[in-house]
Amino acid sequence: MLETLLANLDTILLVVFGVSALVGGVLVTVLRQPMRVAMALISTMVFLGGIYGLLGVHFIAAFQVLIYVGAVMVFMVYVIMLLDTRDPAQSRRFSSLVVPGAIASALLLGALVYGVVTSLPPAAESARPVGAFGVTEFAIAFLGEYWLHFELTSVLLLAAVVAAVAVIKASRGEHG
Amino acid sequence: MDKTQLLIALALALFALGLAGVIVRRNLLVMLMCMELMLNGVNLSLVTFAQQAGAAAGAVLVFLIFVVATAEIAIAIPIVLLLVRRRHTLDADAYADLKG
Repeated sequence: MLETLLANLDTILLVVFGVSALVGGVLVTVLRQPMRVAMALISTMVFLGGIYGLLGVHFIAAFQVLIYVGAVMVFMVYVIMLLDTRDPAQSRRFSSLVVPGAIASALLLGALVYGVVTSLPPAAESARPVGAFGVTEFAIAFLGEYWLHFELTSVLLLAAVVAAVAVIKASRGEHG
Repeated sequence: MDKTQLLIALALALFALGLAGVIVRRNLLVMLMCMELMLNGVNLSLVTFAQQAGAAAGAVLVFLIFVVATAEIAIAIPIVLLLVRRRHTLDADAYADLKG
């Protein structure tokens, strides 16, 4: 019993993390308070990081936790704490588009799952041993082949910072 | 159902949930967080396919998506703060001026 459990530990953990991430995603969509939504999203991201770790891409797992949870979501939580919680938008959860939106998303999910899962190769083919890549292969591809994209992202970040400063300036000019 | 199909189905479910949230929710910040959920679903599919093919290019794309998500939040949050300062509400329906 214990041996089979240990032999399938990877798969069991993968399923557990996947189900937990899915539950977190559902909670993000239905919870009322923005702070609880943020907590559900953080748990989803951490579980996805666990899935990345199980898949063997540990550096992406680390950056998932560092960048998404550590930077993006902390920023989001700060903003939620800054804003007024007595806002009526926080007591009314859904807009008037709730029924068509839910139906459209369910239809999209069905179409996507049908299209993608049926076009994937059957399990026997996809179960072939793959040359798992590590940090070395990633770094060579990242800084050898895709260095231009990497540099362009720095331009994007600079543009975002300048735009954020411009937005703040615009709001200041309006009120005083 | 093997591992790849399971992970791709999870990625698609996260993407659809995030899209539903963007359409259905009323709070601007929650809509932003649902967009993050969509990006996370796409990241999961990229990692799964990169791992299956043994290609590092997918992982590079995941890193670029990290940067784009960070830039998106860095510019979206000041815009939300500006809107809230103007109308004193986070309700997306309060900003329907362009609807006419």
